[in-house]
Amino acid sequence: MLTTILFYLLAAVMIGGGCVTITRKQPLAAALSLVVSFMALSGLYALLTAQLIAILQILVYAGAIVALIVFVIMLLNVREQDLTFHEELVPQVGVAAIALLPVVGVVVAAIGRLPAGTFPPLTGPDYGSIETVGMFLYQHYTFVFELVSVLLTVALAGVVLLAKRRI
Amino acid sequence: MISLQHFLIASVLLFAVGVAGVVGRKNLFIVFMSIELMLNAVNLSFVAFARFLNQLDGHIYVFLVMAVAAAEAAIGLAIVILLFKGKESLNVDDFSVMKQ
Repeated sequence: MLTTILFYLLAAVMIGGGCVTITRKQPLAAALSLVVSFMALSGLYALLTAQLIAILQILVYAGAIVALIVFVIMLLNVREQDLTFHEELVPQVGVAAIALLPVVGVVVAAIGRLPAGTFPPLTGPDYGSIETVGMFLYQHYTFVFELVSVLLTVALAGVVLLAKRRI
Repeated sequence: MISLQHFLIASVLLFAVGVAGVVGRKNLFIVFMSIELMLNAVNLSFVAFARFLNQLDGHIYVFLVMAVAAAEAAIGLAIVILLFKGKESLNVDDFSVMKQ
């Protein structure tokens, strides 16, 4: 019962936060409601007993990525006239939402026709804990894990190259 | 009783919100944040399926998506800074050509 209430509460905050994000005029306000949305999503991960992912969601998304976005917004020193390019929010986002309705309807109908998806009981008390996921990662996905480190290095070098035209 | 379908529908709705942001908005930053919303919607369905199948592969995929999103955020924001320096604008319609 408590799970049901928590699910609907967190899902409403998550989707509501997303809606607030895409309808803000000021990018900074959008970034802050993005944090709210990500926090609620982290709660949903916790409902799915994914401890590590719930923590990473707050650390990486709500912490690092949104902090980077906020930092760049403030760095750019955006003035009021940069934001007034005749953006009519209600028609634009409204038309996009109405155009998406049939697609969402088809996908939701398809999900509704799936066989009953009640979650099976947990295999153990430590499903999704840092230790289990870490062991699984190193045992089955070692190569991919190493590839991620290469990707991050390339991204770092790429950003430096972009930011400094003359090295 | 909350089932897999509930999480999938929440994921679909969040993804639709992200698509509406990418399609409907012209502000460079909002488009960027909408892409993050879509990535997170997919992550939610990964974790829900991982719990449904009692396996951990979905958690690994989410981990990888987060790493790629971090790299994408760093490079994307560097490009946003360059674009804004070049044209003094945040309107995506102003960036219709690749040449500066």
